[in-house]
Amino acid sequence: MKNPTRRSALALAAVAALTLTGCGSSDPLGGGDTASGSPSGTGGMGGSGGAEPLVIGSQQYYSNEIISELYAQALEAEGYTVQREYQIGQREVYLPEVESGAIDVMPEYSGNLLQYYDAEATATSPTDIHAALAEVLPEGLRPLESAEATDQDSYNVTRQFAEDHSLTSLADLKSVDEPLKVAANSEFETRPYGPEGLKKAYGVDVTVVPVEDSGGPLTVKALVDGDVQLADIYSADPSIETKDLVTLEDPENLILPQNVTPIVSDAVDEAAAAVIEGVNAKLTAEELIGLNRQSVEEQASSADIAKEWLAGQGLS
Amino acid sequence: MNWVLDNLPLIADRTWAHLATSLPAILAALLISVPLGWVAHRYRALNGPVLTGAGLMYAIPSLPLFIVLPALIGTGVRDVVNVVVALTLYGVALLVRSVADGLDGVPPEARSAAVALGYPPLRRFLTVDLPLAGPVVLSGLRVVAVSTVSLCTVGAVLGIPSLGMLFTDGFQRGILAEILTGIVLTVVLALVLDRLLVVLGRLAMPWARKTAEVGA
Amino acid sequence: MNQLWEAVLWCLDPARWTGPSGIAARLLEHLGYTLLAVLIAAAIAVPIGWWVGHTGKGRGAAVAVSGAARALPTLGVLTLAALLLGIGLVAPMTAFVILAIPSILAAAYAGFEAVDRRVIDAARAQGYTGAQVLWQIEVPLGLPVLVGGLRSAALQVVATATLAAYVGAGGLGRYLFLGLKTQDYAMMLGSSLLVVVLALVLDGAFALAGRAAVPRGVTVARRGVTA
Repeated sequence: MKNPTRRSALALAAVAALTLTGCGSSDPLGGGDTASGSPSGTGGMGGSGGAEPLVIGSQQYYSNEIISELYAQALEAEGYTVQREYQIGQREVYLPEVESGAIDVMPEYSGNLLQYYDAEATATSPTDIHAALAEVLPEGLRPLESAEATDQDSYNVTRQFAEDHSLTSLADLKSVDEPLKVAANSEFETRPYGPEGLKKAYGVDVTVVPVEDSGGPLTVKALVDGDVQLADIYSADPSIETKDLVTLEDPENLILPQNVTPIVSDAVDEAAAAVIEGVNAKLTAEELIGLNRQSVEEQASSADIAKEWLAGQGLS
Repeated sequence: MNWVLDNLPLIADRTWAHLATSLPAILAALLISVPLGWVAHRYRALNGPVLTGAGLMYAIPSLPLFIVLPALIGTGVRDVVNVVVALTLYGVALLVRSVADGLDGVPPEARSAAVALGYPPLRRFLTVDLPLAGPVVLSGLRVVAVSTVSLCTVGAVLGIPSLGMLFTDGFQRGILAEILTGIVLTVVLALVLDRLLVVLGRLAMPWARKTAEVGA
Repeated sequence: MNQLWEAVLWCLDPARWTGPSGIAARLLEHLGYTLLAVLIAAAIAVPIGWWVGHTGKGRGAAVAVSGAARALPTLGVLTLAALLLGIGLVAPMTAFVILAIPSILAAAYAGFEAVDRRVIDAARAQGYTGAQVLWQIEVPLGLPVLVGGLRSAALQVVATATLAAYVGAGGLGRYLFLGLKTQDYAMMLGSSLLVVVLALVLDGAFALAGRAAVPRGVTVARRGVTA
């Protein structure tokens, strides 16, 4: 004969489990995911914030997440409600979400974004690129003022390798005898400044060794250990300085300047845009490297880094 | 570990997201496997196909499944429904065999006695077959729980939130503590779930322990 | 459905199969990683499993280690190992071997435990030494279960070997990640299908091996003596 107490205990446990999963299903999934600090959803302090929360996205790249967090906290300080959707992925993954209006604010990199929409673009200066971008972005999206800070792909070699082969620019790579391997994210393969572009502009052949850490520690280690000869490391990465790497110059402008440029949807009104541009105005190249350094060397979270920096700049 | 202390909210978020995807999948796997396993047990002709199908299902690699499934069920790759469905499929693939084996192991005398007492088929299934098959089903469920929790992390490379994001982020920034935290938490979560199931099993099936003791 | 069709076309394009980074090369790399990982895992797990099964000692520890190893997330172990060891094969191999060990270990001792004690008693009564019991009775009789464990391990590794490309190694994962990062669905789906096919082929091969591994005497006993 079954013990009624045990049965009810089991029923209770089952109900508890179902409730738990039921509760779980609604919260983190609907609210998008957060980096740290403020939980998803409300962070506004009342005031002039719009009724609809502004959705701020970021790439699956820690530096981009810091910039997103800067915008997010600055907006929250002005009373806006912000929803964070971080670590989405690379351009091909998040742009459809931006274009559909699911994401309102996305920190982007001007040159690459322009080439993504218009592979034949001829603009080479930051102002020209920005103007071209404004024309080429789809309906409902506009670029805000670019920051001075850039974070672009760059071909790097170790100092030793540069000295051994007298390398200062990408054109010099032609004189290197050995087969050249470049460590980079896998999408580098199809980027305009990847192996194909390098071949066309400088006549240099390279093969890509894909390491999915966005020019991070494993890529740097591969370069320093000599497993690869070149590495695609973003210019705002502190390890270029720390590991004494040499960034090869690009006289043919294969790699366009990548100024940090927020792409916003129509849901972002002039006031909100002004807040974001206020942050961008203070973001110099040095500042960005400093922010990245805090993340990688001091292992601080993007929320903490953003809070400190905004306070220091008088923006929060 | 300073990193851990500084990032407790992030860790909590990731753990929550992880549970929110794995727990429903485990539950769904159980709810689907029981009737499916019963079919395989009851209709001998279907036994082969169902179990072979389950075996093949398990052979399908996880990352590709996360990628192929959206095309079939019409969600996005990053959609949580996608992950839960995929994890459920793996859970069912593992559990169906346990259910079928468990039901096969029910002593025919017990069944005959129930029939003799006049139990209608559904009551017989719920109060005789299932409880007696319980221990075998439970051991299958424990394996499903552990492997689901572990498998859930793979989705992080596709941008799906879980403890796996501690691996991708730690990897990008070179923070070993972050990766270790992710590993430890995943293992702990899996083992806690495992223990929980054992305890629930003892509550639900007190006779199982006694039978084991007698047989030992 | 259209996407799946394009994926199939992607797989069948003959130009893609040749060359150092062609489909054929990646397929072989993928298969190679799998077999290597299973081999190394077997070299570690089989002796231990056999010892546990033969002596009856240490079973609790073996079960605990198996269970904990099964809970280890492969992506985590992989990224950790890669950060410490750099790109190349060692980091992914470490992760895959750890992944493969639980199934093989469990199958090794379970195979021995399934051997009827009466057979062993009969052997001892006839004067078989411990080693003879091990090699002439337990190993052959435990072989089918062991092959089942190897099969399970191989499936798990072939599925997870796509992650090797995350840290700069080869295998079919290369296409997976490249297709994912550039939203080239045909490549992503196509390479996924290839991994699935590889897994099914491997599964079938091990199933056959499992049947062949059953000692002749056991097959005869089961089926009865025919011709």
